[in-house]
Amino acid sequence: MSISVQDVEHVAKLARLKLSDQEKEQFTVQLNAILKYAEKLNELDTEGVPPTSHVIPIANVMREDVVRESLPLDKVMRNAPEEEDGQFKVPAVLE
Amino acid sequence: MGLFDSKLSEIHNRLHARDISVTDLVDASFARIAEVEERVKAFLTLDEEGARRTAAELDKQLAAGGERGLLFGLPAGLKDNIVTEGLRTTCASRFLGNYDPIYDATVVRKLKDAQSVTIGKLNMDEFAMGGSNENSAFHATRNPWNADYVPGGSSGGSAAAVAAGEVYFALGSDTGGSIRQPAAYCGVVGLKPTYGLVSRFGLVAFASSLDQIGPLTKNVEDAAYVLQAIAGHDERDSTSAQVRIPDYISALTGDVKGLRIAVPKEYFGEGVSSEVKSAVQASLKVFESLGATWEEVSLPHTEYAVATYYLLASSEASSNLARYDGVRYGVRSSDADNLLDVYLNSRSEGFGPEVKRRIMLGTYALSSGYYDAYYLKAQKVRTLIKRDFDQVFENYDLILSPTAPTTAFKLGEQVDDPLTMYLNDILTIPVNLAGIPAISIPCGLASNGLPIGLQLMGRAFDESTVLRAAHAFEQHTDHHKLRPQL
Repeated sequence: MSISVQDVEHVAKLARLKLSDQEKEQFTVQLNAILKYAEKLNELDTEGVPPTSHVIPIANVMREDVVRESLPLDKVMRNAPEEEDGQFKVPAVLE
Repeated sequence: MGLFDSKLSEIHNRLHARDISVTDLVDASFARIAEVEERVKAFLTLDEEGARRTAAELDKQLAAGGERGLLFGLPAGLKDNIVTEGLRTTCASRFLGNYDPIYDATVVRKLKDAQSVTIGKLNMDEFAMGGSNENSAFHATRNPWNADYVPGGSSGGSAAAVAAGEVYFALGSDTGGSIRQPAAYCGVVGLKPTYGLVSRFGLVAFASSLDQIGPLTKNVEDAAYVLQAIAGHDERDSTSAQVRIPDYISALTGDVKGLRIAVPKEYFGEGVSSEVKSAVQASLKVFESLGATWEEVSLPHTEYAVATYYLLASSEASSNLARYDGVRYGVRSSDADNLLDVYLNSRSEGFGPEVKRRIMLGTYALSSGYYDAYYLKAQKVRTLIKRDFDQVFENYDLILSPTAPTTAFKLGEQVDDPLTMYLNDILTIPVNLAGIPAISIPCGLASNGLPIGLQLMGRAFDESTVLRAAHAFEQHTDHHKLRPQL
């Protein structure tokens, strides 16, 4: 498999990154090299091998559903780039 | 400087005898910072006011007598991906350049309980992605042994600050070697605990199935003390393990008689310098003389670890870093008329090249049509890598290897070639994939005058054996006493 500039553009869109033309070209070259290296894994037969998503055996972790106080609003909003009436403010979602 | 060359127990004796005060310790820290920081550049943020206030409170407590915390009065530095309420936390990223956390990480709360004194926040590769600190958005930290060389990474600021004597100890985080590799490059002790032993609540997430917080110190005993203070289950981190925490300090008996050490042949292959090999082989002689035995073993899937790691870690990162959207915190691009532009422009302006590269790689590996070929395949190979370790630990207590293939490299030497940079992590990455604990301790200097690190890996949750062996080695060698001339 090899990646084209169009693939890079598509992935950038999925990742919500805006790339310059130079970045697109650079990432095309670099991602191809990294993925070519990653194809090394195909040397291994993993038929029937279970995937490891979590290395220490932990099943579902439950706790009591206890009501606790929320963080104070002024703290929560303290890093907001823009706020209004205790809410995060963003530009129009739809034009 | 003399103060920070003392062991923790000695400092505590002097505090107890009123020979020194906590304020003296904090003074010593800031005096050293004033002296060397311009050359080392380990810090991103200093908190002199907060540190002096804490020192005054602790001195008052000292005068009143009574209980003292495990790390009482010790000046500490924290990697800047560990959130500290009211103290800027940037992850060395422009995106979080002014981020003012609204809570403390669990390890920060635990350090407060143990009564150490936070001096400041330490430089790193942006979002912990990198092995040289050159990916910091703010500046590159220098290796205290030679300013032309990198300190390693991503916890490079943590390792450099300890090596330079600017703080007594530091915390770092290790996703693929980010505590152990800089510890090796800077000639200090660095411990990556078992996955789940230390709470990750308040550690800014990079790759959640691999990340783990751990100590960087000047000797193994201090590492045991810091681990004792920060280990333990946390209901705020559902991946933190519900295990009994042993007494790590009393585990340091100095006795390694009968200890069975495995030496994996794959960890001495191509790319590992002859000087590193001979220093590590010399360390085996030390263990032998202390009554331990060793044999060569094979961890046959080692060569697949780097590819596995970069697929998994980047995939997890692409998901974790989706939260940086310019809405609730972090920078927002001023050039945005609609919500999509807020996302696109804020992220593109806020992230550096390595972070973008890994988000791209991870997004690709998780995207429709490629998930099975890359992400799922890597998860399966992860199982094979873990099984390699399980098999060896059926017959051996420890695995011994170099920490890194070479000593530190020069600044600028590898920045243009990400794949070569990734291959530096070949000896540390398997440990994270298997979730086991490992320590790096100094085992000599190369002819270029730079430190070499020895890595000891143990069974999951068996930090006691790792620390005991590392401590015994230290008792019979002087490598850890060498200091850089700054």
